[in-house]
Amino acid sequence: MCERNFMTDSNQYFDEMLREAGLPRQPYEAYFNWFKNEDLKTLRRKSAEAESFFRRIGITFNVYGQDEADERLIPFDIVPRVISAKEWRTLERGIEQRVRAINAFLHDIYHRQEILRAGRIPKEIIAGNEAFLSEMVGMKPPGGVYTHIVGTDLVRTGENEFYVLEDNARTPSGVSYMLENRETMLQMFPELFTQLKVRPVSAYPQLLRRSLADSCPDNSPNAKPVVAVLTPGIHNSAYFEHAFLADQMGVELVESTDLRVEDGFVSMRTTRGYQPIDVLYRRVDDDYLDPLTFNPDSMLGVPGIMDVYRAGNITIANAPGTGIADDKALYSYMPDIVEFYTGEQAILKNVPTWRCSEEDSLKYVLDNLADLVVKEVHGSGGYGMLVGPAASKKEIAAFERKLRARPANYIAQPTLSLSTVPILTKAGLAPRHVDLRPFVLVSPNRVDITPGGLTRVALKKGSLVVNSSQGGGTKDTWVLGD
Amino acid sequence: MMLGKTAGGLFWMFRYLERAENTARLLEAGWHIALTRADGASNEWQSIISTAGMNAAYLEKYDSYDAGQVINFMLRDKDNPSSVMTAITAARNNGRLVRTALSSEVWEATNECWMVLKDLLSRPVTERAMHDILTQIRFRTSVVRGALHGTMLRNDIFAFSRLGTFIERADNTARILDVKYYVLLPSAAFVGSSIDNAQWEVILRSVSAERSFRWLHGGESTPATISNFLILDGRMPRSLAFCAKRIGENLKHLEMEYEAREESHVQADALCHRINAHSVDTIFEEGLHEFLSSFIADNAKLAAHIEEDFRFYG
Repeated sequence: MCERNFMTDSNQYFDEMLREAGLPRQPYEAYFNWFKNEDLKTLRRKSAEAESFFRRIGITFNVYGQDEADERLIPFDIVPRVISAKEWRTLERGIEQRVRAINAFLHDIYHRQEILRAGRIPKEIIAGNEAFLSEMVGMKPPGGVYTHIVGTDLVRTGENEFYVLEDNARTPSGVSYMLENRETMLQMFPELFTQLKVRPVSAYPQLLRRSLADSCPDNSPNAKPVVAVLTPGIHNSAYFEHAFLADQMGVELVESTDLRVEDGFVSMRTTRGYQPIDVLYRRVDDDYLDPLTFNPDSMLGVPGIMDVYRAGNITIANAPGTGIADDKALYSYMPDIVEFYTGEQAILKNVPTWRCSEEDSLKYVLDNLADLVVKEVHGSGGYGMLVGPAASKKEIAAFERKLRARPANYIAQPTLSLSTVPILTKAGLAPRHVDLRPFVLVSPNRVDITPGGLTRVALKKGSLVVNSSQGGGTKDTWVLGD
Repeated sequence: MMLGKTAGGLFWMFRYLERAENTARLLEAGWHIALTRADGASNEWQSIISTAGMNAAYLEKYDSYDAGQVINFMLRDKDNPSSVMTAITAARNNGRLVRTALSSEVWEATNECWMVLKDLLSRPVTERAMHDILTQIRFRTSVVRGALHGTMLRNDIFAFSRLGTFIERADNTARILDVKYYVLLPSAAFVGSSIDNAQWEVILRSVSAERSFRWLHGGESTPATISNFLILDGRMPRSLAFCAKRIGENLKHLEMEYEAREESHVQADALCHRINAHSVDTIFEEGLHEFLSSFIADNAKLAAHIEEDFRFYG
């Protein structure tokens, strides 16, 4: 393929593959040399093959409110995102530090609340926060772990500039894409994997199972820990992932209708009667977990599971109430939280954040709306946010009214110059903005970070929104070995 | 041991797959008659609808048994729970539900079967497309069956899948015979004589057995030989005796694996014994229609016991 096919935008953004047109950065050298000798048509055909592969295995997501005819694929781009061994070592250390701090914070905030006493974060932020579950106060989860599974969202803006965008300490999703994307790349480009030392990600399901089993309650009635995945059901947008993980771990995939509380345990209805579950990896939100404790209308949970939990007879992963750790109102305090519990400076940076609840910040935000990203404190998935530079005057004005009405409901951040990685387009490579979600497993005695993760990519030129619900795609993420 | 819901999902997944195949076979038989008989075959189209037990639903939409209408009703009508598309969709949905119990080959074959047929059946089916579509249905469902046999452990998962297949198949064969029982009745005028060619051909074709029947019985197609073949011949994979035997075997497997004998085991043994105790003569003495109706009822009762004994539902 000839050079003029490599489109480069202005140098405004850090491109992870190319230093300048035709000149790859070191981690991408081998891939780029391979790519140069490939024919664009063949690669485009491979791209179409990947899509039919995804359809056949059924890795689709349902769109809420639409019928089953609308099972959609998340678009997959065949150009990998490459991370060098050195870059990964830093990320790994930073993520582990952060995840340990989050677990220490959760234990503290539901017990002695030392961090509030020390005045490091304001009491009101916890007191008035819906993500803080009073039901968890004084309650120690079996094994002592709060967030068994974390998906830390990272963005990059320069050579060594990584920021944590969100901590996703509730029920991070997307790990099935990490695994299936790799599977697809292995099938399509086996030669690349023999040439490059790409670290495997395939151990994740076994690590997940071990990690969950390690958090088994002490007084389990079973000979071996019985683990199950709780899904809201076949119509949930992430059902594929729930089934995929249960299958890969070799554990049962259960729904509310399979479960009941019996003799002090949560048990599943099997062909031979009810069997107690030790560890429930639930993909159901706190609110729906137990109609007797939380939302009484929930059909997705297990009535009485919180009583079993309080008695120490089941491990719920992640623990209820972990949402307080990834709440956007708390995000700006993360560097303090890391320092408070680990005694070290945070290795990974936080994005500078203005809390609109504070008068000075609000003033600054209002004056600079056109340049900022403003997010709802409790929002997720890219909904309900304002991307200043991309918004029209009308949109900004409308948002300003909302912001003035409920300032405490918002935080603002500078528009980050997210790094780009090229995707394959009809015309060849073209840079698009990306983020990265590595997956972290926490058990009572260890933290495992799978080398890789989910790279989400905004497929629209210039777009900074990578969410799949907003037209984003994914890439395979290659962490290189030493 | 497995989730009751999963056992139920497997059972129904394979019932629906079998149903889709059976519906396609029925249609193929009717289609063949329509093409080869000068006097038309509107009676055949009607009996296809009757065999599927869909008379009421059909008559709600149409007032005549037109080939095109019947074909589309049986292949792709969403209001018809036995149409190929409805059955394949239900099979696939159950497959998604029990994804963790299936090998990836079985799941992918099921998903691909659904994708291909969804595409083929997204538009009204023309006569010209019939051959292709029927071939695809046969081919795609065979791939699922092949994957099941080639890749699944022979454990309770397999047993529940097979139970679904044979319960559905037994029901289907019994219905085909029951709809045509009047043809097989040895009325005074016809005793010992060959029955109407077209009629027995439909019966045999709709269970894909015209060739094997010819191998075994040559030209002798009497009510007795056909009834014997489809009810009592243990070599014929769609006969009632064959299905009952397989149901019994799969339940036996569960009895051994779970070390528990349930009501469904008792019922299945009774079903087998009843068939084995009969000859064609005693069946005709009892009355073919009576025999078939009570078989259909017993088979349905057995299915209900399986659902209950193995806790398919909460």
